[in-house]
Amino acid sequence: MTMVSEAQVEADLEDLTPKVPLLQATLQLIKRQPLGAAGLLVVILMIIMAIFANVLTAYDPEANSLEHMLVEPSWVFPMGTDQFGRDVLTRIIYGARTALWVGFVAATVGASVGLVLGVASAYFGGGFDLIMQRVMDVFMAFPLIIIALAVVSTLGTGTNNVIIAITIPFIPQCARVVRSSALAIREIPYVDAARSLGFSHSRIILRHMTPNVMAPFLIMFTSFLGQAILLEASLSYLGMGVQEPTPAWGLMLQGGAEEYAESAPWVAIWPGVAISLAVFGFNLFGDALRDVLDPKLRSR
Amino acid sequence: MYKYMAKRLLLMIPTLFGAAVLIFLLLRLIPGDVCELRLAGTGNYVDQEAIDICRENLGMNDAKIVQFIDFIVGFVTFDFGESMWTGKAITYEIGLRFQLSLQVAIMATVVAVIIAIPLGAISALKQNTWVDYVVRTFSIAGIAMPSFWLGILIILGLLIYSQAWFGEAWMPPIEYVSPFEDLGQNLLQLIWPAVATGYRYSAVATRMTRSALLEVLREDYIRTARAKGLMEKLVINRHALKNAMLPVVTIIGIEFAFLMGGLVVTEQVFNLNGLGKLFVESVLNADYTMTQALVMLVVAIFVLTNFVIDLFYAWLDPRIRYS
Repeated sequence: MTMVSEAQVEADLEDLTPKVPLLQATLQLIKRQPLGAAGLLVVILMIIMAIFANVLTAYDPEANSLEHMLVEPSWVFPMGTDQFGRDVLTRIIYGARTALWVGFVAATVGASVGLVLGVASAYFGGGFDLIMQRVMDVFMAFPLIIIALAVVSTLGTGTNNVIIAITIPFIPQCARVVRSSALAIREIPYVDAARSLGFSHSRIILRHMTPNVMAPFLIMFTSFLGQAILLEASLSYLGMGVQEPTPAWGLMLQGGAEEYAESAPWVAIWPGVAISLAVFGFNLFGDALRDVLDPKLRSR
Repeated sequence: MYKYMAKRLLLMIPTLFGAAVLIFLLLRLIPGDVCELRLAGTGNYVDQEAIDICRENLGMNDAKIVQFIDFIVGFVTFDFGESMWTGKAITYEIGLRFQLSLQVAIMATVVAVIIAIPLGAISALKQNTWVDYVVRTFSIAGIAMPSFWLGILIILGLLIYSQAWFGEAWMPPIEYVSPFEDLGQNLLQLIWPAVATGYRYSAVATRMTRSALLEVLREDYIRTARAKGLMEKLVINRHALKNAMLPVVTIIGIEFAFLMGGLVVTEQVFNLNGLGKLFVESVLNADYTMTQALVMLVVAIFVLTNFVIDLFYAWLDPRIRYS
């Protein structure tokens, strides 16, 4: 209880302090959270790559070229070409679009639905809460990849189905974390006050409780971003995710990577570097965010 | 304590039942069934009659509720029936692969513990120094790197270095060697998949060790121990680490239950014929009975692990029992 009110006071104080210039704020971030700043840099680079993909590279990510199959890295093809003669760098740049799209949609929907369910579960309590918790237990008992595989095999492959498959296991994870924070908030007098004023359940849940569980929500959201990119890569690698010829990092590792590993290692190395860097960036950023948002950890 | 145990045990039933319902329904939604895939999978023309006979034989024409009751009764009596794809008993198919997956899982856990506890402890003791940053970067990298890519890199590295040093290239083995036949060969075969999976799992445990230890180090009894002049080594080993281990053990336990999921991709990369590969194959073949049995196995392992962890907690901390 005290935790929340402290956070609120601090938030109010922050509103009162004059706004620092952007450059100064950036320098402060680098000084206080060097790893987080590095993560943010990776995230920004990735977004730029996704938005300006067609400006950054002259090649077509999907067009095959028989005369350029498995060409070694050179000035013309900085990361070489794959077994279909497509430029690896181009496919990595366009792959950022797929990864970000899947990541953002899955994380946003998964975390938001989880947020509402978690708060509602804590607010109503009783039988509703009990049933919700049992249902969540069932979903949580499945390893992420297994539930995603089951969903993909039900709906079929393709980018949109992959997003659904990744979103579903996120919902209970977020709901569980949000519920435990919301339970504490339900006991704070202002919720009783809102109820005695005759506000509707949905208004209390959305306007009064949800804004106060934003910290765990944001932490889950950023961790989902990284997880979603990783899951999409794993599903695509297993042949159950994004399908050819769409450029996706996991998919790039599927066909050629193992087969040509010895003769053309660049096909196997670069997409993996892209996946790792992206997830790494999101995780570092998420960690820094957690340090900033969670007052209990702040003094460390 | 017994009352608590009984209560926790009973709570497992709805979870398992819910999982059974979920997987049963999910599988029935998949377009195409095992008969179509088995008979027409190779592109041959198959007449409808053959498919109908196949369906009839596998009991797929029974009402859904009858199929479901069969499945539940089978699960309760540990009689999972036969695989729809191979026609062999499911217990036999799982038994063939269980040893391999269990061994990789155990080895991966050992790898994870060996990496996680010392690194996590160092990171906490040297908090906010370059050592801390290096360890944290290393552990976040473990979460970021897809284990299948790490597997590919390991194979690639082994290929190149074995070629350079021994003159012949190392290849991922085709046949699994049982540890009871040739322990050395077996370990040589499974150490790399264990490292690829274990590094990833060590990441979470490292972070947990770090934050648990940081929490404990701020406790009063640590200050007392230091104040009475105990050697720093004793304070850390006996007073701090011991108390910080509880959440770490939990995380390692939960991760162990989830290793099955991680093995799905690792087994694919290293071409190991384990449970993860069996799972992917049975999903692709629409082999309902096999997929159901495997999912229930994973869920049961998970629920049981949680049960054991809860008991362990209640045994350590009596307050949990009575709340």
